[in-house]
Amino acid sequence: MSDLMELTLRVWRQPGPDADGEMRTYTVADVSPDMSFLEVLDVLNEELAARGEEPVAFDHDCREGICGACSLVINGEPHGPQKRTTACQLHMRHFADGDVIDVEPWRAAAFPVVRDLVVDRGALDRIVGAGGYITAPTGSAPEAHATPVAKDAADEAFTAAACIGCGACVAACPNASAMLFTAAKIKHLNVLPQGRPEAGTRVLDMVAAMDAEDFGGCTNVGACATACPKGIPVDVITEMNRDWLKAAARSRKSGR
Amino acid sequence: MSAYSEYRVGEPIADTRSPGGPMNDRWSQRKFEAQLVNPANRRHHTVIVVGTGLAGASAAATLGEQGYRVESFCYQDSPRRAHSIAAQGGINAAKNYRNDGDSVQRLFHDTVKGGDFRARESNVHRLAEISLQIIDQCVAQGVPFAREYGGLLNTRSFGGTQVSRTFYAAGQTGQQLLLGAYQALERQIAAGQVTMHPRTEMLDLIVTPQDGRARGIVTRDLVTGKVERHLADAVVLCTGGYGNVFYLTTNAKGCNATAIWRAHRHGALLANPCYTQIHPTCIPVSGDHQSKLTLMSESLRNDGRVWVPKATGDERHPGQIPEDERDYYLERVYPAFGNLVPRDIASRAAKNVCDEGRGVGPGGRGVYLDFADAIERLGRKAIEARYGNLFEMYERITGEDPYTRPMRIYPAIHYTMGGLWVDYDLQSTIPGLFVAGEANFSDHGANRLGASALMQGLADGYFVVPVSVNNYLGETRIAPADPADPALAAAADAAEAGVRERVERLLAVDGDRTADSFHRELGQLMWELCGMERTEESLTEALRRIPALREEFWRRLKVPGGPEQLNQSLEKAGRVADFLELAELLVLDALHREESCGGHFRAESQTPEGEALRDDERFSYVAAWEFAGVGEPPVLHREELAFVEEKPTTRSYA
Repeated sequence: MSDLMELTLRVWRQPGPDADGEMRTYTVADVSPDMSFLEVLDVLNEELAARGEEPVAFDHDCREGICGACSLVINGEPHGPQKRTTACQLHMRHFADGDVIDVEPWRAAAFPVVRDLVVDRGALDRIVGAGGYITAPTGSAPEAHATPVAKDAADEAFTAAACIGCGACVAACPNASAMLFTAAKIKHLNVLPQGRPEAGTRVLDMVAAMDAEDFGGCTNVGACATACPKGIPVDVITEMNRDWLKAAARSRKSGR
Repeated sequence: MSAYSEYRVGEPIADTRSPGGPMNDRWSQRKFEAQLVNPANRRHHTVIVVGTGLAGASAAATLGEQGYRVESFCYQDSPRRAHSIAAQGGINAAKNYRNDGDSVQRLFHDTVKGGDFRARESNVHRLAEISLQIIDQCVAQGVPFAREYGGLLNTRSFGGTQVSRTFYAAGQTGQQLLLGAYQALERQIAAGQVTMHPRTEMLDLIVTPQDGRARGIVTRDLVTGKVERHLADAVVLCTGGYGNVFYLTTNAKGCNATAIWRAHRHGALLANPCYTQIHPTCIPVSGDHQSKLTLMSESLRNDGRVWVPKATGDERHPGQIPEDERDYYLERVYPAFGNLVPRDIASRAAKNVCDEGRGVGPGGRGVYLDFADAIERLGRKAIEARYGNLFEMYERITGEDPYTRPMRIYPAIHYTMGGLWVDYDLQSTIPGLFVAGEANFSDHGANRLGASALMQGLADGYFVVPVSVNNYLGETRIAPADPADPALAAAADAAEAGVRERVERLLAVDGDRTADSFHRELGQLMWELCGMERTEESLTEALRRIPALREEFWRRLKVPGGPEQLNQSLEKAGRVADFLELAELLVLDALHREESCGGHFRAESQTPEGEALRDDERFSYVAAWEFAGVGEPPVLHREELAFVEEKPTTRSYA
């Protein structure tokens, strides 16, 4: 490869949750445009280890853009400059020789830093646990064709269900709100006939669980949807608010 | 010949749990005969489930729903990230919604045949039966499968079948099925039935010496480094396959064999490790930095034509290579099937043309998959509608536009059919240790058909494991694990001490090579000598080199950082250490099996057309290996395969 690059990475290093962190500068040479961003970190880590220094900790797993593990803020943007692309699928051909690149973890009170670029996103699992499911214990299901689902509803559910739970929406939001994540899960389930019976309690319980974590409120900025690597549309938030109002009014009436 | 290859042959082994009688009745009969546990007594029992992929999440959720106390473990930060999430194509089920002649019998037949007659019939039949319930269950959970305009479920066709029985959710079926299971699991976590331990890795199994039962696991908290014991009355491993022994694969980076290898070292037999599946259409390696490979769906071969230049070392842009200087080698060698030959044939053919020096792209390990004809014939719009998302993914990774320049593809390791030996109840040779999903060897024989991995994971987790665990606890009337029980405490102390000692040992080597560099070297060795095509010579060479590499690992390994912190280098080192042991067994299994079948191709055993040639006389058995010490020759236990329903024939798709 003739067009190898030399890059300067300024990487957030933090030894533990309660320790102070700082940006530290590293140079990585011979970066091929065909490398993914995470492979550059691999190269850096091999060099650090060879020098006896501790490698940069970062979350990653499938490296195909679907597991949602990777969580890097690159030059101020969650997952970096390429739209609808996770950091693991971001390739170095989008950078130029001599670039200085900042690499930071998700920044949100609800996502405390564990080490370096690794954060704790357990809050997202707890929001799902509050109602992000359909109660259908194993064995209780009716025949699959017993309830037809209109194609547009199925397609809308799928679009919302494409969320990978990475948390980029939270990292992008100036308020660190988890509205897009929460609303996407509610939309996925509430739009399906199977999800209808629990639609009201789902939205009330999940929003309450979201509020109980350290997420901020939504002020309709829309940065979440712009940062979302899976293109979850911002409308799901509007729909969640509508579902919530309806459910709240009904529950007040019924004294729930 | 190395001393390791002088294996001993031990007692034959047999599945004693499958009822006899007509194949159609066996699963019903087993469920009826299985012991039950009174719902009020279930809360006294703890069940450990390791792994949260399709098998693990569905098993943990279901056991929780039944009232057991479940402890669930995963190495990822959330159970939703297990690698089932990346499965693309779909899930098979014999619903026969298309009225195209499908049935449980036909799915059973296709799976036994697709596995090249190396799977156990009763297990496969049960899988086909349960496939019907899986779709019902997933729909009830809100899995957004693709649908027709009438609101009913859509299906598509997949390789190795003549019916349309694959249910799907765009190219993200694994993701949607896993989210369904994950949501059910989160519901049980919120209800307090399941305790979730994310970022926690199992590093050993606790087996009590007096009765040989699995009674717990030892884990390392990946954040704090704390080594801990967890006791239980049954342990279920759902920890996936061992494909990453090859380093560059379509598996996730963290996928590892430590859980099954630790169980194997405690006496659980490991079956058919040489059955590994190679997928022909992956994006090729782009350089030494490559960390993993990405699959491009098999469906692309419906419209793409595979070719390489006729001349070696032809480095022209593909568009400048005239038609008569191209070799459409699949169409030339296999005129009947052309570009749609089975996975193993397509993979080996690609390797052969690259070995001849006609491969394309960096390093010469790639062949073209060209859509120009299809675009001309059907129009760009039609191709976009069929494969748009795949083309986009390809462009993102390679920076090349597949609409105007042919894709480059190359085979890669994708799935492992071998795994821990289990009986019909999915119980290993260690009582109380159950194994589900890709981690066991049970259903796919020597080759797995497309869209069957998801089916098996969910069949095991939702429907088989709960019956088996109930039966085990009911039958043995085992008392709930008591931490104060001296024998159990001693076993747990020993296991915990072993784990701590091993962590210290990895850190103490303090050499000059990283775990990754050893992993890469092991993977390259395995791929070259025990990959798509295996010979006695290559395998013998591998058996010579693996122990040497293992020795070097324990002499030169460098793990920065300490034990009591988040230390990803330490995690990797432990996994690579286990791969260095498992690799040797995989190669030995491949060496001993002097036949070709499914994903195991021995160059010495092929038909004149280059097809896999089985040797049913000598090898119609499951090879279940017993551990005898690191580098010590293992003991082979054979499970003879009886084919009652299906008559083994030469696998032919002509």
